[in-house]
Parts: sequence; C-alpha cells; structure tokens
Amino acid sequence: MSQTTTIHGEKISLLRVLGPGHVWALGVGIVLVGEYMGWNFAVGKGGMIAALIACWVAGLLYTCVAMIDSEVTSTVAAAGGQYAQAKHIVGPLMAFNVGLFLVFAYTMLEAANAITLGYLVQTVGTMAGFEGVHDKPFIVLTIVFLAWLNYRGVYATLTFNLVITAIAFVAILVLFTAVIGPWAIVELNHKDLITGLPYGWMGVIAALHFGLWYYLGIEGTTQAAEEVRSPARALPLGTMLGMITLLIAATMTWYICSGLMPWEYLGQAVTPLFDAARLTGSGPLMVLLFVGTIFSTLASANGCINDASRAWFSMGRDRYLPVVFGAVHPKYRTPYRSIVFLVPVALVFAYYAPLDQVITFSILSGLLGYTFMSINVMMFRRK
Amino acid sequence: MAKKRYEPPQQSIAGQTIDSLFLLALVFATLFAPLYLGLAGGGKTSLEFKDQTWAGWGQNPAMQAQWEKLGYTDGAKVVTKKEDGTEEVTGNATSAVDLVSSRFDYSFDPLWLAITALVVILYFYIVFHWSAKEYRDVIDEKFNNK
Repeated sequence: MSQTTTIHGEKISLLRVLGPGHVWALGVGIVLVGEYMGWNFAVGKGGMIAALIACWVAGLLYTCVAMIDSEVTSTVAAAGGQYAQAKHIVGPLMAFNVGLFLVFAYTMLEAANAITLGYLVQTVGTMAGFEGVHDKPFIVLTIVFLAWLNYRGVYATLTFNLVITAIAFVAILVLFTAVIGPWAIVELNHKDLITGLPYGWMGVIAALHFGLWYYLGIEGTTQAAEEVRSPARALPLGTMLGMITLLIAATMTWYICSGLMPWEYLGQAVTPLFDAARLTGSGPLMVLLFVGTIFSTLASANGCINDASRAWFSMGRDRYLPVVFGAVHPKYRTPYRSIVFLVPVALVFAYYAPLDQVITFSILSGLLGYTFMSINVMMFRRK
Repeated sequence: MAKKRYEPPQQSIAGQTIDSLFLLALVFATLFAPLYLGLAGGGKTSLEFKDQTWAGWGQNPAMQAQWEKLGYTDGAKVVTKKEDGTEEVTGNATSAVDLVSSRFDYSFDPLWLAITALVVILYFYIVFHWSAKEYRDVIDEKFNNK
C-alpha cells in the first residue's frame, strides 16, 4: 500500500471537475441543517433576543472567516483546507492539530445529522401510524449510503448536494412567504412570545455557543481546492455566495420560529422549522419542511464526509498519518480509504451519544480551528 | 549550510494497520472521555412550581395556545422509577412541565475559568512556538535557509 496511486506509471490525483455551484453546495449544504436544527439551542441558552444577537454576531464572525479563507486560499489551494494553510504558513505541528480539529468537527457534525434524520423519521412515522418505527436503522443507513456515494465520485456527490440543498433553502423561503404579508396563513405573534432575556447578559454569552450553529462548516469549502476547475474563482465566489445565503436563511428562520413558539419549547426542540410548519396547520407545508429537514441533514452529512475525508487524506499524503490514507481510488479518483476509515467513528457517536453533546464536540473543534485561522491570516500577510 | 534532506523510512503494511487502529482507539478515547466524565454539556437545574397551571408557569394566553397546538397540556407529571429500571408516568403524561421548568445553571468558579483560559493560551503558545521551529527546519532543509 503506497502513498500515491499510479496507473501505467502515471500518478493519479483527485479529479478537477467542480464549479462554483458545487462549492456553494458543499458550504451551504453542510451548514443549512443548522437552520433546521441546533440553532434553537441558543434560544434555550439565553432566550429569543439572545439567539438573535448570537445569530448576527456569529454572522459577522463567519463573514470574516469566509473572507480569510478566500484570501488565503488564493495562495494555498490544496485539499485539506485550513490544514494545508497551517502546513504552509505556520508549521508541521500546527498543521497536524488543525487537521484533527477539522476531522473531529466534521465527523461529529455528520453524527449529529444522522441522529436528527433518525429522530425525524421516527416522529413522522409515529404521526403516520407506524408505531414500531425505530430511528437506529435510519441512522446507520444514512451514514453508510452517503459514505458509498462519496466513495464513488466527487462530481455526483456534490451535484446531489446542490439539488437537495437548493430544495431545502427554497423550503425555508416558502415557509417565510407563507407566514408574512396579507396572505399569511398564520399570524406571527412576536409581541406576546418574546420575553426579553431570561438569563440576562450571561444568557447572551451562553447563546453564542449555539449561535455558531447557523454557519458552522462554511469554511469547509476550501477542502474542494484540488477538485475545482478554477480554485481562484470558484472558491471565493462559492464561499461568499454561501455566506449570503446563510445570513438570509438564519434571519428568516429566527423570525418565523420566534413568532410561533414559546421560548422554553423552541429552546429544546429537535426540529424547530418542522414544528413551525406544524403550527401553521398546513399539510403541504408540513410535507415540504419534512422534506427540507431530511434533505438538509443528508446534504450536511454528505458534505461532512467529503470534508473530513479530504483532511484525513491530506494528512496521510503528507505522512502525518499512516500513508495508506493518502491513496486515491484508481477508478473513482476519491480518497476512498479515508472515507471508509471515518465511517465507524461517525456511526458509534450517532448511535450512542446525545445530540446536544455531539453538537458541542463539533462546535469546540470548530472554535479551536477559528482561533488558529485568526492568527494564521496575520502570519500569512507578514510572510 | 543546508541540512541533509530527510527521507522518511518506508513503513510496513502491518505497521500502518497497527497505527491506524491505534489512531481509531485514540479518536474514540478523546471524544468519549468527556462524555463518561460528564464534562460535556452544561449544568441544568429545575424550577419548582406550586401552581401547576399555564399562568402559574408564567405562560401567557398566546404561549398557552401554541403549547396546546403542539400537543402539550398543563398540570403535574409524576415520573417514578420502578425496581426493574423502567419509568412509570402518573398524573398528566402530556404535561409541558418538564420543558417549562428546565433551566441552565450558569454558576461557575472564576478560578477554574482562569485555569481553562490559561490552558488554552498555553496550548496555542506551545503549538505555534514548536511549529515555528519546525517550519524553519523545513525551509533550511529545502532552500538552504534562503
């Protein structure tokens, strides 16, 4: 088993087939699920207003993250994203650490997505009269199917992401349109449902923890650097368009949910946008938001497998990990060994760990990565 | 003078397999340790209500209406643990009391906060410092320190 794959003496690398749309689908695909689940724990941490402050403060921070990535990637465009940046700008030890942050953040996010999908299938199955529906088989099926898709090729994987992410975003737009304006099918009641700051300003600080969930993962677009046709154009364009999409989706999501649910419920709900659709009483909207939630979790898990495997692959290629992980599939041109290796990690955590703690692992790993990024960009400009 | 270029030794398949399994074990240990030690997630507490009605829980009529649309009711819910480990719910099983009364406990020890901050700062200092040294070694090896 060697570090590189060769056919007839020619070195095989990852396939350069992606465009800006795929980059958008990778970034937004990973994150949009944050609007469907997870962001609302910020409401539980500090109330509705705290969640809105967290949404905008985190939005500002992530816009900076996207701009840093666009700037640095223009020079360091390699699979591994921030790991490759650390290797070229800071040094080997930092690179190894950043690689692990990335793998932990994406693998835990993948597990969180699978848990949500399983929960939703179980809930809707019970509502539809299938009392015996169990979430665990759906968790396993999701992770294994998406790993197989990633194994088979990046173009099909991210084209699939593009379609399902676009549908999930349109579902939020449709729900928003249905609850505002003179044609609204249900009245939003922010005045009576928003109760100020139940924990004071301490709650606002606590809410920032889950405020990151609105955008966590957008920086993953840089992982596609070796698979886009034009990195200098596609990566900044796809990433910045992704950030704009997420800022719009996050604000709309907060507005809809905070006008429909008491904060104590919203702060502990597993699928808040689906619950918002339930509260409109509209059958078609419920179906649309059910589909949106399923698609957003699938898109996120799919993108996470893509990103975690690229980071693991890059570390293997550079001999930071056993070199077996640095191999590219001779036919599908994907980092297949890294994809397969990370499947059991995601499965075990999706099966045994609670959702909020899996999310916390992902956020903490992300935070360590962002701390690195802010110092890294200053060093990048100096060098 | 430039350092001699480092050529890493070729690792056997058995060695790589053992390393991979060891890494997998380390990943599980790193992530599961906080779960088992109860370090992940915030501390929680619960409000005590004397009046088990929507108004007694601090819910106004608009909130009550939304709770009811979501399938919840007011009233007390009593959960008792049986000898075989299962839970028996008596009283009002669909009561929202668990959700309404749940609160986070944000009390913390400033000393532990300072220690945590120090650990994080120290960690980043050490990693950046050693990385800079390794970076200079690589430049020296590849470009004759130019």
